[in-house]
Amino acid sequence: MAIFLDENTKVIVQGMTGSEGTKHTRRMIASGTKIVGGVTPGKGGQVVEIEGKSLPVFNSVSEAVAATGATASVIFVPPKFAKSAVIDAIDAHVPLVVVITEGIPVHDTASFWAHAQKVGKSRIIGPNCPGLISPGKSNIGITPSDITGPGKIGLVSKSGTLTYQMMYELRDIGFTTAVGIGGDPIIGTTHIDCLKAFQDDPDTEAIVMIGEIGGDAEERAAAFIKEYVTKPVVGYVAGFTAPEGKTMGHAGAIVSGSSGTAEAKKVALEAAGVKVGKTPSETANLLRAVLNATKG
Amino acid sequence: MDLFEYQARDLFEANGVPVLAGAVATTPEEAQKAAEKIGGKVVVKAQVKIGGRGKAGGVKLAENPADAFEKAKAILGMDIKGHTVHKVMIAGAAPIESEYYLAILLDRAARSFLVMASVSGGMDIEEVAHKTPEKLAKVHVDPNQGISSELALDIVRKGGFPSEVEKAVADVLVTLWKTFKDSDATLVEVNPLVKTNDGRIIALDGKVTLDDNAAFRHPDHESLIDHAATNPLEALAKEKDLNYVKLDGEVGVIGNGAGLVMSTLDVVAYAGEKFGGVKPANFLDIGGGASAQVMADGLSIILGDPAVKSVFVNVFGGITACDAVANGIVQALAMLGDKATKPIVVRLDGNNVLEGRRILNEANHPLVQQLDTMDGAAAKAAELAAK
Repeated sequence: MAIFLDENTKVIVQGMTGSEGTKHTRRMIASGTKIVGGVTPGKGGQVVEIEGKSLPVFNSVSEAVAATGATASVIFVPPKFAKSAVIDAIDAHVPLVVVITEGIPVHDTASFWAHAQKVGKSRIIGPNCPGLISPGKSNIGITPSDITGPGKIGLVSKSGTLTYQMMYELRDIGFTTAVGIGGDPIIGTTHIDCLKAFQDDPDTEAIVMIGEIGGDAEERAAAFIKEYVTKPVVGYVAGFTAPEGKTMGHAGAIVSGSSGTAEAKKVALEAAGVKVGKTPSETANLLRAVLNATKG
Repeated sequence: MDLFEYQARDLFEANGVPVLAGAVATTPEEAQKAAEKIGGKVVVKAQVKIGGRGKAGGVKLAENPADAFEKAKAILGMDIKGHTVHKVMIAGAAPIESEYYLAILLDRAARSFLVMASVSGGMDIEEVAHKTPEKLAKVHVDPNQGISSELALDIVRKGGFPSEVEKAVADVLVTLWKTFKDSDATLVEVNPLVKTNDGRIIALDGKVTLDDNAAFRHPDHESLIDHAATNPLEALAKEKDLNYVKLDGEVGVIGNGAGLVMSTLDVVAYAGEKFGGVKPANFLDIGGGASAQVMADGLSIILGDPAVKSVFVNVFGGITACDAVANGIVQALAMLGDKATKPIVVRLDGNNVLEGRRILNEANHPLVQQLDTMDGAAAKAAELAAK
């Protein structure tokens, strides 16, 4: 099993006819994802050929869902148009909406998140995220599919490249699902949502949680782990050397005063019994150790 | 982007938040002129983006324009917790009867906006929250509903405000919401909001943070950027559209993806502990799908930093292809020629890694060496910087 995404997930691509959308649609199809169509307002009725597949383009997500039975949407539209694209997907009751776009104003994200809660039909992942992959089954977003294969680790991370690095370090064990939840101040699916899903997934045997400076999501995740998660969890936090008050690449990665520091997150995770690595490779070794210990 | 107080005041005024007259001055002469225009007693306030300026002597009352000249002269150029005062605000003086607190901010945990209102203003709100939580109202606002007059009144009542000012404070809160929403702010804070002896409600000091991601719909925000405080290397990087933050160490760092670069900084700092405390000199994320040109731009900025003793290029190719990165390094070194004098340690992994490594091996540049792991490469870069 995997979480949120499997071989039966039917995916539409919002912004498929744009250059990024086309490039990543090609990559997703090549990695086995069931792409069933695209949405670009004003281009409905067209058919585009990508990676040997004829994909219909629709004007709205609800039309696309009606015609294709899509159960997920991935969004590659530019920041300016992202809010209306997400709302289109929410209003079409798409169960899984993955927002890849980086640079969406936080007022727009707050607005579509509130709307999604009101409608109550969609899980949102992102924005500003690499998406999620259930290796060997499906891949939504921009994660390279050839780093690792299927296995028994669940991974949740704010960062794309750190996810890739960790998948690479642990490619011999493999993953059920790796979820990149995104680096913005407001994101849909959180560390906690993923931890809960991995705990409840019978095929996931151990969990890697990657965090970074900013906010207190890792601290809250630590409290949740203590209360709910019985599977082994190892952690990694990036940004120990980040100065106060500077945004480090991700819009949400900022230490404000004494809050949001990597040290505070590490302390909270360790207090919850999570082993935290100093480097990605040490974290991978910790994961190996806990898996071996469970076997023993 | 955090605004200066005078910028916040201007923004408040433009959105109908009641403020006192105020003007910014960069010289004592300008301060005197501003004081003449405002008339009467004025307050001369250091403009720095850090708290505690009052205690540091950065806020002074001036009896008349000539006195404003002297006070501005004393404050301009002062150092307040590492921030040099380049500007002062000359503001009208008001006889204060009570000090209150109002703020609207982004609440990351709740994935929403939060209003805080308290009858106890003028001090640190954390302290109010801790000591007298009953005097602090915290109410979430639906981003799609905003703050109506009714909701504002409700919040103000919860904050313990006396009934005679309820209506006026609620009106201010509605205008603050307008400021927050229309400017794409992530924080608007008024501390203190004051009641004057003659019963007026005025925002005396304000803090505003604007969302950089929303800059595309606010071309006017460009003029609010404090260029004087921007590091020249950061300014150059911004021109090239690179995500760069100057730090105070010796190992220049280039990587792809914010998380991996942050992690690289940490790994360099750990490795540096063995080499006399060598630290990372910068954060530089060349992003996903970086081209050779982007790599070349990044490398030339880092090699142009006199503090840099060695460079660590750490790339895990996801979308980014390692061959493009390798080509970028080769091109950058060709462009820089004799100007490139610092050793460069490269660690490539992921997408097209073999081709990337081959390109670098073939170029065989005397400054470049490749290592297979992130930890090993960090140690080598730290060692080279310590020499």
